[in-house]
Amino acid sequence: MKKIIKYIITDILRNKIILSYTAFLLAISFTIFSLEDNSTKGLLSLLNIVLIIVPLISIIFSTIYIYNSAEFIELLVSQPLQRKKIWLGLFTGLAGSFTIAFLIGAGIPIILFEATAVGFMILAVGILLSIIFVAIAMFAAVKIRDKAKGIGVTILLWLYFSLLFDGIVLFLLFQFSDYPIEKPMIAVSMLNPIDIGRILILLKMDVSALMGYTGAVFKDFFGTTTGMVTSFLILALWMICPLLISLRKFDRKDL
Amino acid sequence: MYSLPGMCSIIHVGKNEKIKTIKEAISQAHELDTVLVHGGYYKEGNIFISKKIVLKGIDLPTLDGENKHQIISVKANGVVVDGFKIVHSGTSSLEDIAGIKLYDVRDAVVQNNVLDDTFFGIYTQRGINCLIQNNVLTSARKQEQASGNGIHCWKSDSMRIINNTIKGHRDGIYFEFVTNSVIWRNVSTSNLRYGLHFMFSNSDSYISNIFRYNGAGVSVMFSHHVKMFNNYFEENWGDGAYGILLKEIADSYIDGNHFIKNTSAIYMEGVSRTIMVKNVFRNNGWALKIQASCMETELHDNVFLGNTFDVGTNGSLVLNNFDGNYWDKYEGYDLNKNGIGDLPYRPVSMYSMIVERNPPAMILFHSFMTSLLDKTEKVLPTLTPENLADTKPLMKLPFRL
Repeated sequence: MKKIIKYIITDILRNKIILSYTAFLLAISFTIFSLEDNSTKGLLSLLNIVLIIVPLISIIFSTIYIYNSAEFIELLVSQPLQRKKIWLGLFTGLAGSFTIAFLIGAGIPIILFEATAVGFMILAVGILLSIIFVAIAMFAAVKIRDKAKGIGVTILLWLYFSLLFDGIVLFLLFQFSDYPIEKPMIAVSMLNPIDIGRILILLKMDVSALMGYTGAVFKDFFGTTTGMVTSFLILALWMICPLLISLRKFDRKDL
Repeated sequence: MYSLPGMCSIIHVGKNEKIKTIKEAISQAHELDTVLVHGGYYKEGNIFISKKIVLKGIDLPTLDGENKHQIISVKANGVVVDGFKIVHSGTSSLEDIAGIKLYDVRDAVVQNNVLDDTFFGIYTQRGINCLIQNNVLTSARKQEQASGNGIHCWKSDSMRIINNTIKGHRDGIYFEFVTNSVIWRNVSTSNLRYGLHFMFSNSDSYISNIFRYNGAGVSVMFSHHVKMFNNYFEENWGDGAYGILLKEIADSYIDGNHFIKNTSAIYMEGVSRTIMVKNVFRNNGWALKIQASCMETELHDNVFLGNTFDVGTNGSLVLNNFDGNYWDKYEGYDLNKNGIGDLPYRPVSMYSMIVERNPPAMILFHSFMTSLLDKTEKVLPTLTPENLADTKPLMKLPFRL
C-alpha cells in the first residue's frame, strides 16, 4: 500500500494542474494579505477561497484523476493486491497531495501574515474540506461508470453543497420564521460540511455580531469545547462515510 | 463653647485617641471642624452628618454596615467625606440603602473612598454642585434586584462625577433628572445592567469615560443637549446590549468616541438634530442600528473598520445625513483625486436587512449564497433603502487612529 501511495503522490505532485493550483493559492493569498491594509478583509477573501475554490478543485480534479487512472487501477487489481488497499492508497494519495498543496498555498501566507485563531481555523477547515471533497469525488467516481456523466455529477454536487443547500436553508428559515428554529438550524447545518466549516470560522471572525440572541444559541453550541469537538467529529464523518461506501462499492465492482 | 470662623478645630478618632467612635466625634464637632478618623475597624451603624464638617479618614479606616445599615448619611451642605473604606451596607427592596447618601445638600465632596459590597454606592438626591471623585466602587452581587447602582444621582444639578471606578453594580452611573453636570474620566465595567444609565437629564456632558463588559452597555434616554466626547465603549455583548442605546435624544453631540467589539455599537431610536463626528467603530457586529424614527442626524468623518454590518435599519425612510465618512468596505474609486469617492456607498447591506427581519439567518452569513445576494442588491437595490447612502465617502481615514 505504501508503494501505491508513494507512486500516486509523486504522480499527482508532478501533475501540472495541482502545481498551478498550489501556485494560484500561494499567489492569491499573498496578494490578499499584502494588498489589504486591514486583515479582516483579507481573511474574508481567503474565507471565500477556502469555501468555494478548494472544494471545487478537490472534487473535480479527484474525479478526473480517478477516471483517467482506470487502466492503472485495472492493472493494480490484476496484481496480487487487496482491492481495499488499492482504493485506500488512491484516497490517501489524493487527500495527501491536496493537503500538501493547501498547506503550501494557503498555510505559508497564513502563518506569515495572520497567525491568529481565525487564521488557523481557516487553515484547519481548508484541509478538512479538501479531504472531504476528495472522499465525495471517489464516491461519485465509483458509482458512475461514464466519465462525462461522473464529472457532471461532481460539479452538481459541488454546486449543491456550496450554493443550493444554503438556498434551501434560507428558504426554510423564512418559512419557519415564526418558530424557534435556532436549534434545528444547527442540526440542519451539520448536513453540509461547507456550512460547518463556515460557521466554525464565523464564530472566530464575527463573534460580536453573533452575540445577539440567536447568535448566542449558535455560540453556545459551536463555541464550547463539546460543540467544537462535535463539529470536527461530524466533519470527520463526512470524510469517512463517503470513503467507506465507495470502498464497499469498489470492492464488489465489476471493473 | 463657641467657634469663630478661622478657629475650627481638629478632632481625632481612633483606638489610641481620647475619642473612640466617629459618632461621638461628630456630636462634639462644630461647623467647619475636621474629624480625622485613624485607621481601624468601625462598626457604628448609620453615621449621620448634619453639620458642615470635614470627615477625613487616615490610612483608609473601614466602616462596616454589617449588612444592615446605610453607612454614611449626609444632611448638611458643604460636607466632605474623604478616604474611607465602606463595606457591607444593608439591602432593601423598599429603601435605597447606600454606602454614602447625600440628602438635599449642596457643595458636598465625596472623594477617595473605597466602597465594597454596598447596595447603592454613592447616592445623591436633590444635590447641587457636589463633587464625587476618585472613588472605587465594587459590588459582587449576582442579581439585579439585590444590587443597587454605583453612583446614583436623582434630581440633581451641577454635579461633577470624576475619575471613579465602578464595577459589578446594577447600573454603574445612574442619572435621572440631573442637569448641567459632567461625568469625566470614569471607568465603569462589568455592571449587571448598564455602565451608564441616563434619563431625563439635559445639558450634561460625559467625557473620556470607559464603559466595558456591561450587561447592556450604556443607555441614554429622553434627554436633550447631551454631549458625549472621547468615551470608549467596548465589548458589550448580547442581543439587548448596545455600546450606546440612544432613545429620544435631541440636539446632542457625539464626538470622538471609540466603539470596539460591541454587538451593536449604537442603537438609535427617535434621535433628532444630533451631530456625530469623528467616532471610530471597530469590529462591532452592527456599527449603527438607526431606526427610521431618527431625523436630522448628521454623521460625518466617522471611521468604520472591520464591522460585520455597518448600518442596520428597519424602514426605508431616511431623514439623516450620512455624507463624508470613511467605510472600509467601500469599493469605489476617486478619479479626480479629491479624496472623495466618486460613487456613493450604501452602508446597509442586503443581508443586514434579512438578518434584521429573521435573526437566525445569521447562520448563513459569509456563504456563497449571501455574497451573491449582496452583490445583486448592490447592482439593483430593492430591499435596502435607496436614500441611505454616503454620497461623499472618504477615500482615506479622516484622522490618525
